[in-house]
Amino acid sequence: MNFKTLILASATSLLLAGTALAQTAVKIGVLNDRSGVYADLSGEGSVIAARMAAEDFDAAGKGITVEIVSADHQNKPDVASTIARQWYDQDGVDLIVDVPTSSAAFAVNEITREKNKIFMNSGAGSADLTGAQCSPNTVHWTYDTWALAHGTGSAMVAEGNTKWFFITADYAFGQALEKDTAAVVEAAGGEVLGTVRHPFPGTDFSSYLLQAQASGAQVIGLANAGGDTVNTIKQAAEFGITQAGQALAGLLIFITDIHALGLETAQGLVLTESFYWDLNDETRAWSERFAAENDGKKPTMVHAGVYASVLHYLKAVESTGSKETDAVMAAMKATPTSDPLFGEGTIREDGRKVHDMYLFQVKTPAESTGPWDYYNLLATIPADEAFRPLADGGCAFITN
Amino acid sequence: MTTPSETGYRSAAAALPIGTPRHHVVIFAVLLGLLLIAPSVLYPVFLMKVLCFALFASALNLLLGFGGLLSFGHAAFFGSASYVAAYAAKAWGLNPEFAILLGVLAATVLGLGIGVLAIRRQGIYFAMVTLAFAQMVYFIAVQAPFTGGEDGIQAVPRGKLFGLIDLTSDYTLYFVVLAIVFGALLLIYRIIHSPFGQVLKAIRDNEPRSISLGYKVNRYKLAVFVMSAALAGLAGATKAIVFQLASLTDVYWSMSGEVVLMTLLGGMGTVFGPIIGAAVIVTMQNYFAGFGAWVTVLQGVIFVASVLLFREGIAGVLAKWLKKPL
Amino acid sequence: MFELLGIPPQALFGQLLLGLINGSFYALLSLGLAVIFGLLNIINFSHGAQYMMGAFVAWMLLTYTGINYWWALLIVPIVVGASGVVIERLMISRLYHLDHLYGLLLTFGLALIIQGLFRNQYGVSGLPYSIPAELSGGTNLGFMFLPNYRGWVVFASVVVCFATWFAIEKTRLGAYLRAATENPTLVGAFGINVPRMITLTYGFGVALAALAGVLAAPIYSVNPNMGADLIIVVFAVVVIGGMGSILGAILTGFGLGIVEGLTRVIYPEGSSVVIFVIMAIVLLVKPAGLFGRTQ
Repeated sequence: MNFKTLILASATSLLLAGTALAQTAVKIGVLNDRSGVYADLSGEGSVIAARMAAEDFDAAGKGITVEIVSADHQNKPDVASTIARQWYDQDGVDLIVDVPTSSAAFAVNEITREKNKIFMNSGAGSADLTGAQCSPNTVHWTYDTWALAHGTGSAMVAEGNTKWFFITADYAFGQALEKDTAAVVEAAGGEVLGTVRHPFPGTDFSSYLLQAQASGAQVIGLANAGGDTVNTIKQAAEFGITQAGQALAGLLIFITDIHALGLETAQGLVLTESFYWDLNDETRAWSERFAAENDGKKPTMVHAGVYASVLHYLKAVESTGSKETDAVMAAMKATPTSDPLFGEGTIREDGRKVHDMYLFQVKTPAESTGPWDYYNLLATIPADEAFRPLADGGCAFITN
Repeated sequence: MTTPSETGYRSAAAALPIGTPRHHVVIFAVLLGLLLIAPSVLYPVFLMKVLCFALFASALNLLLGFGGLLSFGHAAFFGSASYVAAYAAKAWGLNPEFAILLGVLAATVLGLGIGVLAIRRQGIYFAMVTLAFAQMVYFIAVQAPFTGGEDGIQAVPRGKLFGLIDLTSDYTLYFVVLAIVFGALLLIYRIIHSPFGQVLKAIRDNEPRSISLGYKVNRYKLAVFVMSAALAGLAGATKAIVFQLASLTDVYWSMSGEVVLMTLLGGMGTVFGPIIGAAVIVTMQNYFAGFGAWVTVLQGVIFVASVLLFREGIAGVLAKWLKKPL
Repeated sequence: MFELLGIPPQALFGQLLLGLINGSFYALLSLGLAVIFGLLNIINFSHGAQYMMGAFVAWMLLTYTGINYWWALLIVPIVVGASGVVIERLMISRLYHLDHLYGLLLTFGLALIIQGLFRNQYGVSGLPYSIPAELSGGTNLGFMFLPNYRGWVVFASVVVCFATWFAIEKTRLGAYLRAATENPTLVGAFGINVPRMITLTYGFGVALAALAGVLAAPIYSVNPNMGADLIIVVFAVVVIGGMGSILGAILTGFGLGIVEGLTRVIYPEGSSVVIFVIMAIVLLVKPAGLFGRTQ
């Protein structure tokens, strides 16, 4: 063809390509607990985080329209499964994020695999999401039970707390957390003196705390979460357990739990998280912006995970020029992650996002300068040690 | 002893003749027609949920509206069938029809076990016994390894019906579910409009008189209890295949409360009431899901309004207006 | 013997004492339910929600008006009891001529409404209510450290239970009430305002629930679901004790607390279901309950 036609054709195709990119409409669903025990650590805050990610990425300027929807799964797998199914089938959602509560996360994991969409989990804990239940459609971002068990467990044993007693929520997540931590304790030369499983959710833990006290353990490991953990710690203070000399290890605690407990009760607790708003300048700046939209409440690591995962997803959509699942997943795993909240990291083949974890200790009331100033950093666990090795997970589709 | 029939639906139910009234045939035909074209308009998975709960509510209505026995533990049958069917389909790889049959069998056996013990009491004590047993079933569901505890049984394969028809497509599955549910509803209709059903109504209206007439009242009560349990189990097992999930929500006492609400709202002791009630409640839950706890408040308001203002339910009100039994 | 159970006697006494503390709540709550059912034949499914309201009103009094715990103990039962009176007048009284089951369904619906409204307003996380300063701290009893507040709960519960039992079984007012439930027409013929007595009795039962709520606020977190999980257990207690029997409800409440405490040591996973097993057994063997009278 002659030169003019060539120019015309090229111009047209460029234009079309430009409009094709401008046509990329991405719909993100934030599915979490908006009214129950995990509403504070996820809830509306995650929606805010997702929106901030879309704005910071300047999606509009890059020709990607981002629509964000949200729903409440009430911490139930059947509700989560129904919403996810409807979102994927009827409402054109491409990506689901957050989903705390492991049982709900498994359900969404299944539906996402079936419909070949993408699921980036920030809120749930079970390490099985990248282990026995792993899926090529799922990325597990913020933390998992293995990382927490190794962080808190090893740290406490290293300080000489070798005798443990567990108070465990009697469901899959609690049992997994207890099992992982017990393995760490025993591998480090410690001893598990006993364990008691309470119905989930529980209200009165006095009986279990008394048993823990009678066992003579140095550390009482709390393999539960949310309201259960808060109540156990409160009642431990009431019954003088900590005053009598036993230490409490909260195996899964969020900054919102510390806020609910108050420093008077929570001081001295050792815990592992992957993000803290006051860690460095970048986290501080982001958290200020977040708090401004969230009634002054600082972000939890779950909120941070939602922000970072949405950001990484949008980058992948931009680089591949489409939202086609396989291409975007490949791009996400091939590209290292970089964001102001988690720093540098990568997404492994099994979907596990790998980054540094941090060991914190709750400040005493005297050390704290104000609300949300709760943690002292004890140690940083480097990314290559923080998470379960790829080969140990039992993930079925990894190729080596 | 006052019975539920004093509410006013007796006027609707008492006029029930022997044989099938023509207007019932018409209603069934119209209903079938609507349900056949519905999936092209509405989301099939939502429709299947309505169908399963319509069956569940109708099963409870058999016991409550026609047997006069309020069971506050029907979730036990719904949920146990759900778990058994899910397990059979997933762990044993059975075809869906066998999985559902096993679920129904489980619910029937459980219904027999609980029924034998519960029938010995009446009224509020009967309701409390069923609640107690349902809580025990819930506890077993939480503890037993095969139920998966909080996670439930997930990723239940839909499988191939009779080894031939692949049920992965929502549309195909919809027609299968429609066949199952519609067939079961016709069965319930047949039970109600049979000599057995007549005796049941007699027992409900005046038990001492029925005893004096020589009927073995406890046997009839046990029979309807087991039938109700089996049909509730059919609803639960089908639901497990549709949603590919069996979880603790299916055995929790709020599920028992919800199905009572559906029956009450639709119209106790009517044929079509539970179907209407189920449709209303499931639709409400679906479209108000974004409003969180307002759904609970709304359900409570409906409960209160139904009890105070129209105990005969939607179908009962319609029946009074049409002057024909529904 | 204690070696057989595998627990040292010290720990056992501690668990029993804890069980007694929990039993105080069960006793107080089932007392209110037993009063309402035993005397009025109303099955008050909203009892749990009214217990929750008691805790919340106490929290609201403290947070919005600064009224402290001790005044709350007095004010809250009156306020919540008054709401009970309103409910009875407006709604429940219309159902007396019908099957009891309608009362159950109505109060069930009310419970859903109350819980839903509070959940919408306050979320589920639980609001803090601190133990009053006079009761904080504890005493070391040797085999365990007993928080003073929990000791107070047992004391208050026993006093209220005894006072109520005495009022109903031993005083003239109680006699009128018991007579009115057996034969309202005759009692009315004597010039006693039966409907008003019934209304006030319902209000009293609700006030008892609210009182339990205030007692619970400092130790269990104040959240909208606190009554929902409890109500089923309390029903089981009342059924076991005998639905018309005040004494039965009180003794079974304390008894259940102790049984639950023991279960928590021997088989903790089963502690939430042991009550239902007992209830099923009792219902099948002695349907009127341990202390009930067959009607």
